[in-house]
Amino acid sequence: MKYTHLPQKQGLYDPRFEHDSCGVGFVCNIKGNKSHDIVKQGLEVLRRLAHRGATGADPDTGDGAGILIQFPHEFFVTVCVNEKISLPKAGEYASGLVFLPQDNLERKFCKEIFEKIINAEAQVFLGWRSVPVNNQDIGKSARDTQPQIEQVFIGCNKKIKDVLAFERKLYVIRKQVENIIRASRIKQKTSFYIPSLSSHTFIYKGLLMPHQVENFFPDLNSRIVKSALAMVHSRYSTNTFPTWDLSQPFRFIAHNGEINTLRGNINWMRSRESILQSELFGKDLKKIFPVIVPGGSDSATIDNVFELLVLSGRSLPHGISMLIPAAWEQNNLLSEKVRAFHKYHTCLIEPWDGPAAIAFTDGQSIGAVLDRNGLRPCRYIVTKKDFVVMASEVGVLDIAPGEIIYSGRLEPGKTFFIDTKAGRIIGDSQIKKELSEDKPYERWVKKNILELDGLADKTPKKDKTGALMQLKAFGYTREDLKTIIKPMAENAQEPIGSMGNDTPHAVLSAKPQLLFSYFKQLFAQVTNPAIDPIREELVMSLVSYLGPEMNILSDGQDHCHKLLISRPIFTDIEIEKIRKIKKNGFKTKTISLLFKVSESADFAKVLENIFQQAGRAIKQGYTFLILSDRGVNKDYAAIPSLLVVSALHHYLVRRSLRNQIGIILESGEPREVNHFALLFGYGVDCVNPYLAFRAVESLVIDKELAIDAGEARHNYIKAIDKGILKVLSKMGISTLQSYRGAQIFEAVGLSRGVIENYFSGTVSRVNGASLEAIAEETIMRHREAFPPRPLDTDHLNTGGVYQWKRDGEFHLWNPDSIAALQDAVRNNDPGKYQEFADLINDQSKNPTTLRSLLKLKTQDPVPLEEVEPVEEIVKRFATGAMSFGSISRSTHETIAIAMNRLKGKSNTGEGGEDPARFTPLPNGDSTRSAIKQVASGRFGVTTNYLVNADELQIKIAQGAKPGEGGQLPGHKVSAIIAKTRYTTPGVTLISPPPHHDIYSIEDLAQLIFDLKNVNPAARISVKLVSEIGVGTVAAGVAKGHADMILISGQDGGTGASPLSSIKHAGLPWELGISEAHQTLVLNDLRSRVRLQTDGQMRTGRDVAIAALLGAEEFGFCTAVLVALGCVMLRHCNLNNCSVGIATQDEILEKRFIGRPEYIINYFTFIANELRQIMSSLGMRKLEDMVGRVDLLELNRKILPWKAKEIDFSRILYKPQVPDSVITHYCRKQDHGIDKILDLKLIELSKPALEGSQSVEINQEIKNVNRATGAMLSGKVCKRFGESGLVEDTIKCNFKGVAGQSFGAFLAKGITFILEGMANDYVGKGISGGKIIIYPDRNANYNPDENIIIGNTTFYGAINGEAYIRGISGERFCIRNSGLNAVIEGVGDHACEYMTGGRVVVLGATGRNFAAGMSGGIAYCLDERGDFRKKCNMEMVALEKINPSDAQTIKNLLANHYKYTQSLKAKEILCDFHRYVNIFVKVMPLEYKRILDETKATKKLVLGEYTDG
Amino acid sequence: MGDVKGFLKVKRQAGAYRPVCERVKDFGEVNLLRSESQSKEQSSRCMDCGTPFCHSGCPIGNYIPEWNDLVFHNQWEKAFSLLRATNNLPEITGRICPVPCEFACVLGINDDPVTIRENELGIIEHAFKNGIVKPRIPKKRTGKKIAVVGSGPAGLACADQLNSAGHSVVVFERDDAIGGILRYGIPEFKLEKKIIERRIRILEKEGIKFKTRVNMGFDYKVNELEDEFDAVCLACGSRVPRDLHIEGRNLSGIHFAMDYLIQSNKRIKGEKIPADKLLDAKNKRVVVIGGGDTGADCVGVAHRQGASCVIQIEIMPKPPGCRTKDYPWPKYPLLLKFSTSHEEGGERDWSVLTKKFIGAGEKVKKLSCVRVEFKKDIQGCPLMREVAGSEFEIETDLAILALGFLHPDKKGIIDELKLDLDQKGNVKTGNNFMTSKKGVFACGDMRRGQSLIVWAISEGRKAAYHIDRYLMGWSMLPQL
Repeated sequence: MKYTHLPQKQGLYDPRFEHDSCGVGFVCNIKGNKSHDIVKQGLEVLRRLAHRGATGADPDTGDGAGILIQFPHEFFVTVCVNEKISLPKAGEYASGLVFLPQDNLERKFCKEIFEKIINAEAQVFLGWRSVPVNNQDIGKSARDTQPQIEQVFIGCNKKIKDVLAFERKLYVIRKQVENIIRASRIKQKTSFYIPSLSSHTFIYKGLLMPHQVENFFPDLNSRIVKSALAMVHSRYSTNTFPTWDLSQPFRFIAHNGEINTLRGNINWMRSRESILQSELFGKDLKKIFPVIVPGGSDSATIDNVFELLVLSGRSLPHGISMLIPAAWEQNNLLSEKVRAFHKYHTCLIEPWDGPAAIAFTDGQSIGAVLDRNGLRPCRYIVTKKDFVVMASEVGVLDIAPGEIIYSGRLEPGKTFFIDTKAGRIIGDSQIKKELSEDKPYERWVKKNILELDGLADKTPKKDKTGALMQLKAFGYTREDLKTIIKPMAENAQEPIGSMGNDTPHAVLSAKPQLLFSYFKQLFAQVTNPAIDPIREELVMSLVSYLGPEMNILSDGQDHCHKLLISRPIFTDIEIEKIRKIKKNGFKTKTISLLFKVSESADFAKVLENIFQQAGRAIKQGYTFLILSDRGVNKDYAAIPSLLVVSALHHYLVRRSLRNQIGIILESGEPREVNHFALLFGYGVDCVNPYLAFRAVESLVIDKELAIDAGEARHNYIKAIDKGILKVLSKMGISTLQSYRGAQIFEAVGLSRGVIENYFSGTVSRVNGASLEAIAEETIMRHREAFPPRPLDTDHLNTGGVYQWKRDGEFHLWNPDSIAALQDAVRNNDPGKYQEFADLINDQSKNPTTLRSLLKLKTQDPVPLEEVEPVEEIVKRFATGAMSFGSISRSTHETIAIAMNRLKGKSNTGEGGEDPARFTPLPNGDSTRSAIKQVASGRFGVTTNYLVNADELQIKIAQGAKPGEGGQLPGHKVSAIIAKTRYTTPGVTLISPPPHHDIYSIEDLAQLIFDLKNVNPAARISVKLVSEIGVGTVAAGVAKGHADMILISGQDGGTGASPLSSIKHAGLPWELGISEAHQTLVLNDLRSRVRLQTDGQMRTGRDVAIAALLGAEEFGFCTAVLVALGCVMLRHCNLNNCSVGIATQDEILEKRFIGRPEYIINYFTFIANELRQIMSSLGMRKLEDMVGRVDLLELNRKILPWKAKEIDFSRILYKPQVPDSVITHYCRKQDHGIDKILDLKLIELSKPALEGSQSVEINQEIKNVNRATGAMLSGKVCKRFGESGLVEDTIKCNFKGVAGQSFGAFLAKGITFILEGMANDYVGKGISGGKIIIYPDRNANYNPDENIIIGNTTFYGAINGEAYIRGISGERFCIRNSGLNAVIEGVGDHACEYMTGGRVVVLGATGRNFAAGMSGGIAYCLDERGDFRKKCNMEMVALEKINPSDAQTIKNLLANHYKYTQSLKAKEILCDFHRYVNIFVKVMPLEYKRILDETKATKKLVLGEYTDG
Repeated sequence: MGDVKGFLKVKRQAGAYRPVCERVKDFGEVNLLRSESQSKEQSSRCMDCGTPFCHSGCPIGNYIPEWNDLVFHNQWEKAFSLLRATNNLPEITGRICPVPCEFACVLGINDDPVTIRENELGIIEHAFKNGIVKPRIPKKRTGKKIAVVGSGPAGLACADQLNSAGHSVVVFERDDAIGGILRYGIPEFKLEKKIIERRIRILEKEGIKFKTRVNMGFDYKVNELEDEFDAVCLACGSRVPRDLHIEGRNLSGIHFAMDYLIQSNKRIKGEKIPADKLLDAKNKRVVVIGGGDTGADCVGVAHRQGASCVIQIEIMPKPPGCRTKDYPWPKYPLLLKFSTSHEEGGERDWSVLTKKFIGAGEKVKKLSCVRVEFKKDIQGCPLMREVAGSEFEIETDLAILALGFLHPDKKGIIDELKLDLDQKGNVKTGNNFMTSKKGVFACGDMRRGQSLIVWAISEGRKAAYHIDRYLMGWSMLPQL
């Protein structure tokens, strides 16, 4: 393969969806003393972050690495002597690397342009230096694509006195050169790139692995290259296409993370360009447009904007806090001034939302900021020698413990800043204080921001048309009222449903669809985490600031001349307030969205007319537009609201006018969460869903609701608000302001024209309905409401989307297909199976799935006997991840028995497995599930569970609710479920939306590594859900060494999910599996990894198509349940399954009649059907079918009217790759577990492992030693089972800085003692072991003020003990099931989702303590008396310490002192009577109730603390 | 769903009947109307399934879970509105439908199904009682005239639908009163005729014209019909009875069930029957040949007329008491049924083949029978074999042939219009219910062959949709 840049968009691969995530760090001398050592140390940091980067198919080609240093003037002077370039004094000239085309002519062209522009800008071109490079040890693909690297020198025009002015000039030069070359016709223009151009900083970077940087650039080894700071970056891209330009650092920043709201941010920036003005730039400003270089990564894009802010005069901390503000909205710990500062800037620019640790520098100051969620690790150490090292990990430089003054971490939303000129570190509070006092923000904000809630109420006009007619006109159904609106109005909750989606795609449906239904929500997976909008509400915000925007390069009170809207759904009264607003120069124009039905509906014309009206309104100085479809009647229909909103938004963005006006929609159309999410996602500011309110009202009038209309409306709005937050959070976005216009959707079945004209930038991969079709659908709906001959009906249409109904939407699972399948498997009747398969496969009358539109091309057949046998085929079948808990024990075990008989694989689902099932039954059957799932809740994920698996499946997302967590309410947690989940019966179990040890792709690689260590025999799989970009994610996962990747379709089943997620989130597997296959093939990663797909698989034909699209394994779920007796009640969430499947009710479970034979019969039928197909395709082995898209074609004949333009060419695309690239799985991953520290520990532990004898081991440890203890623990459990060894049998004394996942899954009998520090994920899944960590004996800082372990520690701890003498990062003891821990201080979100165990905190805590904590007890020493403010009180109460608590604390402290010599513990123990009153007991309410019920057992538990 | 746990809390309480000792003495309805609170309680058992098999099993697709839920919540008016949307004669089906829905009820898989029919009856009777059932006169008339021939359930449903779409409908009935098989084929004790009257009054108020005693093709010329109306819908039923061609068939005292039932109904209405035409079971030994529902109706009538003994025989073996493999859920199973008439006495016998009638003079006195058994041949087809030595005789004065119906009567309109027939002799139509004659449609038993009332309603509704489309180009009427 040879690419000079990312490959072009091809097939389903789209380079836009590349992600990166990385290691970032810097070193710095606070006093600004330059030295070559700093450069060396920077490079050392880079090397030690290597494991955070990645390699692709070519092991020597990294994803990119680089270093930014201060301008090495002395060095340049020396080298330029040889180059015959005479350099002026330091600061009077600039330089930068330039990546140039290899082609001589093209290179010459680029250089000439460069020189021309330098001259044109009146600066002095000094010369080019050919930068020496040594590409001996870099990878082949890096070498193949290596640009010519030269260095340009530019002298400063003498007239420029100000250094920053010179920097601005350089920027103007660079931007112009870039624009010209980008617009040129040269072939290798993508090779052209200017990493930096400055007189302050210099960047060396390339498509390198971290250790290659210094060899590649011999410059860096010169002792005269000196700097007082060095910022480094090691990139982990999801994908391996070599791109030299995307390496980091960029000119000002190095970024670890990603920007989720990028599309919106880019559009808003584009809108802003028309009003940008800068005195500093003057007329030059026009030359730099576009501010954002097209096609850059998210990191490159934010660098573009940050650069502009800094060069136009904002300080580094100011600029960065505009882009990445803290979560200030609900933080009452902040001062009013600081809040005003943030509020003011929110009026200027929306947050760039997403996980981010960003290091930034201008060559003089250096700093870092962490996003509001703190989703990236960032640790730093300050030494006595004025030295600071900051990196994603601690331990990246060897620093003598005695030298350390302070060991800290960057906290969520906070900035760490070093001014080398002033020679000091400036803390976050100081920075914010200075910034907030810089201008009278508080006064400005108070005076200028108008609050909507403060305006006087206005009464709206009454509607003339009857509610029923209006509801009909907007396509409301009885189901909408009953299933969607009613639950929201009743409980303020989004409606919940179960099982999957089996209805047609909007474009295929025979029923007229709302335009909303063509869009699917996207969601975060792997490369960034989803957020928990309930438990971590403090980072979320729905606030909007409406009104024209001002120039972001200047400041003034007019900038915050805005209307503050606290939530985006307007009541009828609220929209009336806006309509009549006459304050602060605000005025509102209403534009009607109605069109005359009798005329031909030319939507393009209707839209154009609306655009014109909007344009005029802006000219006339209107500040708000109301787009209204009120007044629909028999002559006038409404144009779809989403179409207008998006079309107008894009129209105004293109004209850079969008920021000039607030757009409010007044529409009868939106009613569901997804509708609102779409409207905001496509740019509307606020919505008044007047008809939804009428629907709510009619429910009250009809006595369907037992509350008054006001309350019902309030509930409805609240439900929508919550739902929107959920949609935001599943993408990892925290604020509505950044979500607005971010277009986080994919369209399925909309034509290219519609997308390009009205939804620009939205992905739509199969083409589809045209604008005419959309118009026709609108008219169809209208005609139904206002027919020429109205029938006297008093009810709405049926709906039938969420339930099958005869006159409703088509469902593939319908009474006929369900009955046929059950009949077939019970009587082992092939004829009946055929009947079933025909009902599913032949969708010519009711096209439902994408695959139904495909047909197989006939080939020369092979005799059926030559096709591989059923027994071989069924080994590739797996059943879905349904937990014991979501389904009954009988069902779970029946499935396991069947799959074990077939040698296929069943899946535990999330929720552990009873260890009794690991032993086969007397008759030879086994109820052990081959696949053990590891999900975000980590329930029952013990070391023993992990070692008893053939496959360990990391569930990143689930088809029915990608990006969301789950919750098993306490009343469903029976004794047996609690036992398998290692929790307390009756206590609610919450699965968080993200895995808290996977915030990025390198984190996933780490978890894969952890699990592989515990059980090297198991293959590790990663479950993803289909969406655009899943291919690049899959590539990243393959690079993270997963053995198998499962791509689930959106339509898969669920025990309980919000209906909007079941219907509208994620995409079908046909798109996902082909994208993943294509991208992996393009990357030459396909041969390393197996692909599986699932999601409403039912027949042999489904399997055949999945294989031809690229899958080699297949998952079934709903169909298996139907075979076992499920009749699609869709009541799984009610624990009320009448056929005993999805229930824990003993009486109902007795009704279960399923048998393993039914599944065996079913899978045999499928395999036989598949064999027939294989025979007809001339395929003997399934392996040969993988990725053979050439055997598929679109069946044009059956396309329904709306779908005539459907185009599958991208799904059926076959990437052009050399023959050497193998396109199916054939070789094993190298997991790198053959040279790890545990091998040595295992060797030394032989006496223990073989004879249970005690051993003690002393060992040095470094940050590159990761997952230490995991493999050893796996061995212990494999040999001794869950009970492990006697306490302290294997005792390991470590010294140094431990890498990630220290003591992960530590088994019973192993004790880890670490003198030093540790990184993230200490003790994850600890299963009985003991971990003791204290600072190096030589360290002389205060342990209770310094950080010693990283983020997300003891995540999913099962049980064991931990004594930590120091402070942890965020999320200490998250989702703890039974660990007893003592620590001296914790970051934010400690004890989140905890369900058991005891935690004692002897120092300060962060915010949001105990969020979602349903069990266990925490004792916090509240010396500052502010604990209550930091505790999330949703589920816990704060209590006084009782005598038995006191005993518990005392015992744990005694241990803590004994093991760590903690002075704090000693002090407390010595004066316990006084201290005991300072402790606060954090007691989950539910847990308390249950403990009170079972007091007797409580005593027993406490007894354990007394020994030791 | 009323109560998620309802089906676990409440047991099925099927509808109650008047005590046997009381009801056999008159022809009053045996069915007792359930109280509203009972309906409410029973409806709580409905699970509002994600895939409502009842709604699928019901030929007219009643929105069963929806109205069950509404009943539970005391939303009777809304329940009625939804019931009315799919069913033109709920007061009829609510009384005598053999409930394919209940056999498809998901709860029936492992428990007793929901009492769907009684819930339906509860809704419609509540609606009548509270004046919710009101004539709905179409606001606009299309000016199109349609003739519906036959006033049985298919004809009434079709007429109702077409009228609601704004057409002017005339229903022709050859008998002296409206209702077809409802009126004269079903005994009073199962369906009191005032129930039909009540419906007809509403239909009349809505604008439908009814013309009785018009035997199409005889009293009314077919070409007149075609001239006068824009479309014609035939819903004349399938009335040609299957005969029993055995020795002694021409003896007196052997009658077709329908003749017997019709006369009985007419007598109850007060019609005087000449003595020589009188069919009365009083003090007679009655044998009903044929084990179906019509046979059962005859048993009930015979008891009420004071028969000295009644026996009902059937050639097929005794059906099983519960589902067999051949009829897995949710199929409508072949099961041993106990109608109210069977509760009232008499004997039943199965696997009985009639050999000949033996008379004393012209009058029938005995029926000679033999037992049969069924075995499957190699292809799996059942083979009937007489059991040697099992011959026996039944003494009888009145033998009633309830052997089902063959096809519609060809004489009259079918012949006149020269309509194509299918292999079974029913009127052949396209998918759009139009016969071989343009503008002439057919529905009900006449088209489909002998079937359930609920199927007749379904047929009438579908035909109405197609007629509306035929006349207007498009239709808002439901297609199902």
